[in-house]
Amino acid sequence: MSAVTTSHSDADAARNRKFGPLYSRNVRAVVARGLMATKSSNWMVMLSGFFEPVLYLIAMGVGLGAIVGTVQGPGGGEISYAAYIAPALLAVSAMNGAVYDSTWNVFFKMNFSKLYQGMLYTSLGPLDVAMGEIFLALLRGLMYATGFTAVMGLMGLLTTPWAILMIPAAVLIAFGFASFGMGITSFMKTFQQMDWINFVMLPMFLFSATFYPLSVYPQYIQWFIQAMPLWHGVDLLRQISVGAFSPATAIHVGYYLVMIALGMLLTTGRLRKLFLK
Amino acid sequence: MSSPAETGPPQYVITAENLTKRYGDVAAVDGISFSVPAGEAFGLLGPNGAGKSTTMKMIGAVSQRTSGSLSIMGLDPDLNGPEVRAHLGVVPQQDNLDEELKVRDNLLVYGRYFGLPMSYLRPKADELLEFAQLTDKAKSKVDALSGGMKRRLTIARSLINEPRILLLDEPTTGLDPQARHILWDRLFRLKEQGVTLILTTHYMDEAEQLCDRLIVVDKGRIMAEGSPASLIREYSTREVLELRFGSERNASIGAELEGIGERVETLPDRVLIYAHDGEAALEEVSVRGLRPVTSLVRRSSLEDVFLRLTGRSLVD
Repeated sequence: MSAVTTSHSDADAARNRKFGPLYSRNVRAVVARGLMATKSSNWMVMLSGFFEPVLYLIAMGVGLGAIVGTVQGPGGGEISYAAYIAPALLAVSAMNGAVYDSTWNVFFKMNFSKLYQGMLYTSLGPLDVAMGEIFLALLRGLMYATGFTAVMGLMGLLTTPWAILMIPAAVLIAFGFASFGMGITSFMKTFQQMDWINFVMLPMFLFSATFYPLSVYPQYIQWFIQAMPLWHGVDLLRQISVGAFSPATAIHVGYYLVMIALGMLLTTGRLRKLFLK
Repeated sequence: MSSPAETGPPQYVITAENLTKRYGDVAAVDGISFSVPAGEAFGLLGPNGAGKSTTMKMIGAVSQRTSGSLSIMGLDPDLNGPEVRAHLGVVPQQDNLDEELKVRDNLLVYGRYFGLPMSYLRPKADELLEFAQLTDKAKSKVDALSGGMKRRLTIARSLINEPRILLLDEPTTGLDPQARHILWDRLFRLKEQGVTLILTTHYMDEAEQLCDRLIVVDKGRIMAEGSPASLIREYSTREVLELRFGSERNASIGAELEGIGERVETLPDRVLIYAHDGEAALEEVSVRGLRPVTSLVRRSSLEDVFLRLTGRSLVD
């Protein structure tokens, strides 16, 4: 019996690929699709994501700040209350954007619009899709961070050139949450389960030293909060915003690097389970 | 490109041997073997849950087999997923067009997923819109299209990478007769161009129209294999006589009809007599003094074969 065969380079290509059938080195096609979709329909959602932290900053920083006055910033200097919470709000918005993109957005495309199903019938592998979506989430995070940092500048809350580093640091935070979020979403089957995500996110937003220092808590609660990812993001950006670095800065960055690595491992493992069954 | 195959025997683009897929203890596909030569229109028929879609997924390199062997264009889909899929076009059961993109962009973006360059994709997309009779809808949103248009766009999209094999999972389900006929016409044209068609369907007329050869599967196994005509010859008679005596009497009268034709089948609403000559059988019925309310002589169809092989009870 004879068979129609294809060129040998096809078979070789498979052997040379690191992730086997999971990956075909075509992340950019997924990114291009995302940009095209944003252009034609999603830009309103994007705009609202930019304004959310700005509104918080005005209400809490300017409004509440009028009563609070100045507070002690990292490094010991006195800073306005708005300048104190602004980096924290940036960290929160990096988290929220990345989590939205990697959970609700992915959940919908996986289960309802069947977008991924269509993609996976092409040469793309699940890892191309996952990395493309994460890249898009980070690109959005980068735009938000840049915009928010500019608003901080306009409001006179920036006092050091170091503050520009808040932008890449916010992207790092977004990467940590996005890589984990996608892996977690792969376990979700219903909308009710998706609500658990909000159940974790809201307290993390309120209590991660976002609006007041960690020292208000008893010691054991401090430990608990310091184990959570958002606190590391808040403290990292707060240090950068005034240019006051300490050994803790390296720990914060390290925390996110580990989170990214574990998140990618989880996501890849889940994709293998979900799509190569 | 192709292997130095000697001329003579057909060139197979798909070969499955003892192909098996289990989900836990359940065998969705239970050791089926078949080969499809290049350029053939090959049908998979069977009731819901027979294993058709699972087989399609394994051929489409999106589901890994449990055991057996499967070769697509000489490649193993479990090892060479992306390469195998590069040669395939897939029309899934439910349209999964990208609703966030416009009609023409759907084609372009899908082509990008295969890593194809824009210089190839732009003219190709226009050509396919023409083929799918959607040229004037190029800039429309997907959700503004009718069911038939969406189906044609899905087929156009599946052709963007010039596949050698096209997988169609119930391509015309839910379409009105006009839309079905347009679609069939497009599929015929593809077949003329040498594209191998693999399709599943619930419509026996569709299978008779389109398929050169088909397999009937039930409970993960192949029940019969052959061309539509040969299956009718083998599993049914040339003609069928349909008699209605009223719902009350159909069952009781079945026994009195025994011996007419080759086989008598009693259904709740009618009695079927399978016979080489339907008119002669009808005469025999009246000779026996039976007066049906209505009678109809028709040619045997693939539907008769299908129901005989897979039974009449409802499968859920």
